[in-house]
Amino acid sequence: MANIKTTDNKSKSQSMGMHSEVLTGRTQQKFFNPSEAESFYYFGTYDVDFNKRIDLDVKEMTAADANKEIDNLMSQGYGTIVIKNPQGKHSLGVGILNKLNLIFEGSLGYFGMGSCDGPTVRINGRVGWSCAENLMAGKVVIEKNAGSCFGAAIRGGDLICKGSVGARTGIDMKGGTIIVGGDAGAFTGFMMQRGRIIILGDVGINLGDSMYDGTIFIGGKIGSFGSDAIPADLTDTDQEWLKRKLKVAEIGEKFDVSKMTKIVAGKKLWNYDNLEPHEKKGAI
Amino acid sequence: MCGIAGLIYKDKSVNIGTQLQGMLQALKHRGEDSTGYALYGDTDGKNFIMRFKVGENVGEGSSSVSEETSVYDERIKIVKAHILGMGAKIIKEERILPYSLRYEVSYDEKDLREFSRKIESVPGVEILSMGKSLEVIKDLGNAKDVCDRYNLDKIVGTHAIGHARMATESGVDIKSAHPFWGYPFSDVSVVHNGQLTNYWNNRRLLENEGMRFMSECDSELIAVYLAKKLRDGATLEEGMKASLTGLDGVFTYFVATKDSLGMAKDTMAAKPLVLYESDNLIAMGSEEIAIRAILPQEIDTYDPYDGEVKVWQI
Repeated sequence: MANIKTTDNKSKSQSMGMHSEVLTGRTQQKFFNPSEAESFYYFGTYDVDFNKRIDLDVKEMTAADANKEIDNLMSQGYGTIVIKNPQGKHSLGVGILNKLNLIFEGSLGYFGMGSCDGPTVRINGRVGWSCAENLMAGKVVIEKNAGSCFGAAIRGGDLICKGSVGARTGIDMKGGTIIVGGDAGAFTGFMMQRGRIIILGDVGINLGDSMYDGTIFIGGKIGSFGSDAIPADLTDTDQEWLKRKLKVAEIGEKFDVSKMTKIVAGKKLWNYDNLEPHEKKGAI
Repeated sequence: MCGIAGLIYKDKSVNIGTQLQGMLQALKHRGEDSTGYALYGDTDGKNFIMRFKVGENVGEGSSSVSEETSVYDERIKIVKAHILGMGAKIIKEERILPYSLRYEVSYDEKDLREFSRKIESVPGVEILSMGKSLEVIKDLGNAKDVCDRYNLDKIVGTHAIGHARMATESGVDIKSAHPFWGYPFSDVSVVHNGQLTNYWNNRRLLENEGMRFMSECDSELIAVYLAKKLRDGATLEEGMKASLTGLDGVFTYFVATKDSLGMAKDTMAAKPLVLYESDNLIAMGSEEIAIRAILPQEIDTYDPYDGEVKVWQI
């Protein structure tokens, strides 16, 4: 078993409710021999130049062809790609495991930017359901509204919607930050396990229902709390972090964060914090 | 998974058959077992338009059986006799397909219940719609197949709703296809995406109160439920709001009348809907690409929230 210890000396993130344990056992073990690092190959990554820019019109392309072409352009070193005429197509921009400056001049359909790890994306339109699902790292900014399941199961990165979002925002999220400038629908933070959600507007019913962990900050009215979600004290550290995060997100810079409501998980699941990630997956 | 689409122009008539076909065809990946249209065309408003079928187009899992055209011919004779027997007059008759017909009927009675009962007393006959503006057309295949088969590209009007079906709760046939007519109210139609879990309880209750079901499709319950509310004196919007708690399950549905279009979304917001709203046009569908079929330019759209009901008037 892992050697897991708890400590009274909480870090900033711990005091904000992100996690309460200090892992010093198995997670600190060396799983790979550094001498073998040269053999590692991260599929789908390229050396790109952000100053090398190209436009890609996908009006007459299928989503699969458009995604292949994005990959092809990255392989040629293009670090800034502007997608023209996405016209609500589904599954655009998925599976990008690279540093990339990606700009969509228009709206995306469902599952846009899914399973990405690293790109910086700006969408000058709206997105449909399940935008940026399973995001590992990077930044995705949506200028207009987003559909339901926004940021489902993300593990890292920043996901920002300047408009309003649908239901189940941040469902099953395991890390990262979701920021919404407008309102959010029902079941925001449903079953979230880690990470932070910031909603500057109102939220619907059952906020944080069945949340395991993580933190939600709400600027407007709350329809109702879901089971396991409870309000918590908004600390100075929280406010400091919120101000910084909103500034970086380019929304609500003048928002009075001191009036936000902080929500955390009120139910301590059996041994949840003591489990390793793969064990948590089994437990869930 | 099914796809639904709807649109309403507040200040003009357009070729709604073609526009709805484009929207539904964009959703064909959500299901193409059958496709249905409820089109509100421009008419002089004098006569009823009756769309009906005298047999089935039988697909996978259907509880119906295929029949000979001669059987249809006999049924048509009886239907005609019933229409004349009730004092109505057939102004125009078209036999679109061997089993699918469109009649323009002059009928002075306001209550269509007895009229419909008499017609549907003929085995195998079902009225798909009856109204002064509404025409429900539904058949197996995707949106383009059905549009081509029934020449829907010629229909001009103000609003329409439609459905691309992936059969899950009942077999593949016309009787289970959407839209459903809000029998016996003229010009009322419903399309639905989702699954209703208290279908049988509600059905038994409504049948005991004299309401009529023609299929085993759970979505038909919405049309019957709303018809019952209208019969009891509720407005359409009141009926739709009551449905949010009266119907259990996950659903997004559209309902249309002669001069209005409405949408309702269940309290869990479990089924998708994207909505575009401007001063003169409302267009909505299960996915944004349905709206893009008629509005390719960059537009602002949004997802209605859980438990939301909206109704737009012409």
